[in-house]
Amino acid sequence: MKRGLILGAVLTLMFVAAALVSFVWTPFDIESLDIPNKLHAPNAKNILGTDHFGRDILSMIMMGARTSIAVALLAVGIGMCIGMPLGLWAAARRGAFIDEFIMRGNDLIFAFPSLVIAILITAVFGAGAVNAIIAIGIFNIPVFARLTRGAALSLWERDFILAARVSGKSSFRISYEHILPNIANLMIVQGTIQFSLGILAEAALSYIGLGAQPPTASWGRMLADAQTLVSLAPHVALMPGMAIVLMVLGLNLLGDGLRDWLDPRMRVART
Amino acid sequence: MIRYALSRLISLTLSLIVASMVIFAVIEVIPGDPASFMLGVNAREDTLAALRAEMGLDQPLHVRYVDWVWGMLRGDFGNSWTYKTPVADMIADRVWVSLPLALYALILSTLLAFPAGIYAASRRGRIGDTAVMSATQLGVAIPNFWFAMIMVLIFAINLRWFSAGGFPGWDRGFWGGMKALTLPAISLALPQAAILARVMRSSLLDMLGEDFIRTARAKGLSKRQALWRHAVRNALIPVLTIIGLQFSFLLAGGIIIEQVFFLPGLGRLIFQAISARDLIVVESVVMLLVFVVIVVNFAVDLAYAAVDPRLRTQA
Repeated sequence: MKRGLILGAVLTLMFVAAALVSFVWTPFDIESLDIPNKLHAPNAKNILGTDHFGRDILSMIMMGARTSIAVALLAVGIGMCIGMPLGLWAAARRGAFIDEFIMRGNDLIFAFPSLVIAILITAVFGAGAVNAIIAIGIFNIPVFARLTRGAALSLWERDFILAARVSGKSSFRISYEHILPNIANLMIVQGTIQFSLGILAEAALSYIGLGAQPPTASWGRMLADAQTLVSLAPHVALMPGMAIVLMVLGLNLLGDGLRDWLDPRMRVART
Repeated sequence: MIRYALSRLISLTLSLIVASMVIFAVIEVIPGDPASFMLGVNAREDTLAALRAEMGLDQPLHVRYVDWVWGMLRGDFGNSWTYKTPVADMIADRVWVSLPLALYALILSTLLAFPAGIYAASRRGRIGDTAVMSATQLGVAIPNFWFAMIMVLIFAINLRWFSAGGFPGWDRGFWGGMKALTLPAISLALPQAAILARVMRSSLLDMLGEDFIRTARAKGLSKRQALWRHAVRNALIPVLTIIGLQFSFLLAGGIIIEQVFFLPGLGRLIFQAISARDLIVVESVVMLLVFVVIVVNFAVDLAYAAVDPRLRTQA
């Protein structure tokens, strides 16, 4: 499945590059409105067409890639930075009260879908991209905590860990020096998958108005704006949607490819 | 089995209590004073005091929490702050859109995923398998609300087979209601079906490697007979868990799809409540959604233990 890995990496890099390039250059300025040029179908000048304000859709998608990637990446970061230590801690104290406490806490968070967390946060603090990051990030915590604990538990049974314990290392040092490097691959693979889920979640949240607010460009908002225009100018709805599909597809292929490539023995169940 | 069920029941109750505390804390404690939150910064002190008394906010926190929970147990969710009508009635009206939508989507997703997963597993490594797996790879990458918009464009605007949105109400006939929910249910079901088909396939492939399948084959059953008589039934166990998880996801995910089709479900209710700062409605709907997730997971755990006695020991 090397082909999947390469295709996934190419698609992902394409969007990351688009997002980075958008900091210095976009084909058109999306801040200025150009109403006479509104809803143009894709053509030589605007290769993906223009929206209802005459803004260039390619430029909007490049700016939107920035929002999507930033939100999803930070959300994965939150999930990993909190979930992984919790999982390591639970595994180091397996069977003890703290293990039970952490795992029950995870179950509890699992009962709150990320959409529901976003609704709760928005109802109290108002909408914004930061809320989307927090909501998706909280949702990611139990994912990483469970995965880490599960992988760490089986490592704790291994002889090289026993050797480390005999040599007098504390369970904190063992977790950090021996367990962590051995689960790093697993984390990278799961991180890629959570990244792709984060892109989808960010799009959904900004579509219903709970994510990034205008004037920040985001794929979900572009789709929300396009909804009433679908019959007049289908490309306004098609283009941002295609961007989401390609980016998520790319990340999924990358995740699957990395899993097979990094460690063929570790078959992680996709959630 | 009874001991296992009891221990699960205790953990279910604990989860519900903690979840309700979290929701109560986020909605009623963190914003500070809900009365001034509703009336804005320029409200007069006597108006605020009157509203606080009306909403019962002059009571201490633990009294308010216990009142809230006790009320919910009796089916009383309090009155909406903006509409002054019972929240329970508002929810009851909307649930009859959101719940059928989630069930409809769940049925569609299962009907689509089972044959696809079984077919892919029986053709492992061949072109049929690759085709199904590629389709599911695409299916999980498509945002359901975008798929919904595309379907509106094709089936409502161009072909005019369905209306683009809205809901006629069940009192205007069962089939009219089902028709209005069809496009939303399909768009909600598709990504879930893709996930379910993948789980079905990998679970079946695990089973096909088991000894009892080899025994069945040695006994003279054809590959197809062994698959249908022995593998499929055993492969259903993990699939059951995913279906349970998906139901709660479909109910929550329906909130987004309802926006695409302008359906008067829980999603519409919750967004109206957010913009009107009607926090008690938000609180009740969120509690209801979380309640459903927790109870469904509990039911799945029990069903799981009922079909697989090995799981009962690990309470």
